Amino acid sequence: MRYFAFLVSFLALLISHTLPAATLRMAFDSEPISLDPQEQLSESTLQFSHMVFDPLVRWTQDGKIQPRLATSWKQISPTTTRVYLRKNVHFHNGNLFSAKDVVYTIDRLKRSPDFRALFTSIDSVTKVNEYTVDIHCNHPTPLLLNILTYVFPMDKKFYEGRDQIIKFGRTFASQHTSGTGPFIIKERDPGVRMVLVRNKDYWDTKSKGNVDKLILTPIRNDSTRLAALLSGDVDFIFPVSPVDIARAKEADNIQVITLPTSRLLLLQLNQKRRKEFRDIRVREAINLAINQPLIVKKILRGYARPAGQLSASSLLGYVDTIKPEYNLKKALQLMKEAGYPHGFRVSMMAPNNRYMDDEKVAQAVAAMLGRLHITVDLKTLPKAQYFQQYDARAADIMMLGWQSDTMDSNNLFEFLTACPDAKSGLGAYNASEYCVPGINSEITQANREMNLKKRTKILQDIETKVADSAAVVPLYWQDLTWAAKDNIGIKDIVNEQNYPHLGDLVITPPKSN
Amino acid sequence: MLAFLFRRLIQAFFVMLTISVISFAIQGKLGDPVQQMVGMTVSPAERAHLRQELGLNDSFAVQYWHFLKNAAHGNFGISYYYKKPVLDLIFERMPATLELAFCAIILVAIFATPFGIYAAIRPRSLLSRLIMAFSTLGLSVPIFIVGIFLVYVFSIQLHMAPSFGRGHTVDVFGIWKSGLFTKSGLHHLMLPSITLAFALMPIFIRLIRSEMMEVLHSEYIRFAWSKGLSTNRIYFIHALKNTMLPVITVGGIQAGTLIAYTILTETIFQWPGMGFLFIDAVSRVDTPLISAYLMVVGGIFVTTNTVVDLIYGLVNPTVKLENHGL
Repeated sequence: MRYFAFLVSFLALLISHTLPAATLRMAFDSEPISLDPQEQLSESTLQFSHMVFDPLVRWTQDGKIQPRLATSWKQISPTTTRVYLRKNVHFHNGNLFSAKDVVYTIDRLKRSPDFRALFTSIDSVTKVNEYTVDIHCNHPTPLLLNILTYVFPMDKKFYEGRDQIIKFGRTFASQHTSGTGPFIIKERDPGVRMVLVRNKDYWDTKSKGNVDKLILTPIRNDSTRLAALLSGDVDFIFPVSPVDIARAKEADNIQVITLPTSRLLLLQLNQKRRKEFRDIRVREAINLAINQPLIVKKILRGYARPAGQLSASSLLGYVDTIKPEYNLKKALQLMKEAGYPHGFRVSMMAPNNRYMDDEKVAQAVAAMLGRLHITVDLKTLPKAQYFQQYDARAADIMMLGWQSDTMDSNNLFEFLTACPDAKSGLGAYNASEYCVPGINSEITQANREMNLKKRTKILQDIETKVADSAAVVPLYWQDLTWAAKDNIGIKDIVNEQNYPHLGDLVITPPKSN
Repeated sequence: MLAFLFRRLIQAFFVMLTISVISFAIQGKLGDPVQQMVGMTVSPAERAHLRQELGLNDSFAVQYWHFLKNAAHGNFGISYYYKKPVLDLIFERMPATLELAFCAIILVAIFATPFGIYAAIRPRSLLSRLIMAFSTLGLSVPIFIVGIFLVYVFSIQLHMAPSFGRGHTVDVFGIWKSGLFTKSGLHHLMLPSITLAFALMPIFIRLIRSEMMEVLHSEYIRFAWSKGLSTNRIYFIHALKNTMLPVITVGGIQAGTLIAYTILTETIFQWPGMGFLFIDAVSRVDTPLISAYLMVVGGIFVTTNTVVDLIYGLVNPTVKLENHGL
């Protein structure tokens, strides 16, 4: 009893030193479609998962893996990793978190249509004791921890028996939650708002986060969202479109935070549709005629980095020496050598509401190709229609943006440049319809190579081959931009994945003026 | 009267049927709903399976037949995104739109009528010229510019009004979420309803003015002047009544414009009404919701036009409904 009293006074002391609890009103451009963290693999769902659930491990802002519900791990055989779990963690409805929940969650992920592709390398998970699990892989898996960032343990007792995943239906899990996360859902009106309150029993007592109420409003219109911040109706927004960044920065008491990312925008030249593109000289000419730095400077106002390859510098496959090159004279010469001094006519499609300024970038590209006498019939479409056309490979040149799910180069290679193979799922977004010979086996090899040095070499090798064959036209890696009131400490909690760690967000009392 | 209503009902039935065919036919052109529901990395096989499950691989006729059969039972399907029956969703959002439209119409009535009358009676005065200049401006400036301008001035610069949303609502009769009875609700209504009114007002000012001017030149008004009737009586009883006839007709037609403009206004102000719901549904290819919205709006059109015809009969007894229209 005396011990208890001591604890209470200690806690009281602790609380008196923390900042007063605060409410955060935030407006992002989209919202989770379901409360089931395993229903849709999307940025919104993962943002939501980080609020209401906790991952086993998570990414820090500087690209490191941080223990969360998993406290440590070690490899006990080439294909088995032992994971130790955090003790004394409770789900929102009071159930104790333990190994069974992790086993349950990964088994369920392997059933989820959206997530199972990420988990194919994991064969099974077994419980060793209450707080230890063994993860058995099909083969040595260098990216296991990257994959574990997608494991948000769900309460087995709460969900089991009513946990079906139906993408178009109203399931129990899509309407009810029991996670371990820093926030609990209080109210949800899809399309209008979602209100969450702080989980009073949150295990991470070291976190300085002082947000006790979160109000999320999805605002899809860029100018409405910015106006909501500038007028003081919300505190924190994402994204800010490049044309508005200057205006937001000028406003009083508003901060704008920008982070470089590895989100790539590229063009794919369809070689099945066009024989001209089968000539490497034409592909090289196109790469040379497109001035990436100019696109970044003029259209994205500098809020991106010009790309000459797929991997951004934060990824293993990045090769220092490959730079975007612009040389119109050389490009024209190559076109002449290839037998197209007067160019040709191609069709191109791009989305107009999917990526930042996608339509303007597409127009700029069309104009730049015009310098090579290539006439581009450009059609831009809303994303809903665009991706249908993309899947049908309906134009000679297609625009695509990609973020590696695993924060690793190989994911880019697997989807964008591998030889299409329906069985393994490789090359699903290879609208070039061309692949560097032997690339698939190298990709497979990179997925199994545990030696970091060797693995880096394989990835860089693929990157070089892709660049040498001018298989695609990389454009740039886009920055992410958030804006908030000055007293909201978003700088420390945002990250490249765009899963803000809101549980750790510190809000200081606004300066009175 | 009854015969008229009966004929209107049959007419409405065919109109709705046509709308249903059209709204169903465009669905294939909007994009792939499955694409919207899954992550980028989901395999084509997985997607094909989902499409099959949703019945999207059936022929147009089969899909349409299913839709009609269910619609006859009042079931327009489940929204892919919201996972709720679409009619429930639309009716949940309808109060927001109706309140917005209602406030805008009140504003139009309060301002357009006196402005129009004044501009007709004193066409050469400075105020009249101002009014006409304003109405030209209103006709030529797109509504989203008006909205953004109002937000900039009143929300961002002056902090006088909220920039988005509906604020606090209260339940009226348990089914109607109303923002008309709370301070925050009214506050939030301010900018959107002014924006919407701004879009609708010019045409009414001009219409009232030109109709009134025409009426003022007619024989019976001159007769009234020579009879020595009071100015007020001539303007507001004799002239105004005849001016209002075409205004009512146009008002009925304008109901369509109103719906189109509410979509825009709701998008600018993130107003959680039907129009906003619809625009979102289009971008998400939420086809059941799109079809249901078009049907509901079609229903509203048919109803307003019928009501306008009835009012027409009441205002002008010389109009015989039996011979009118159709």
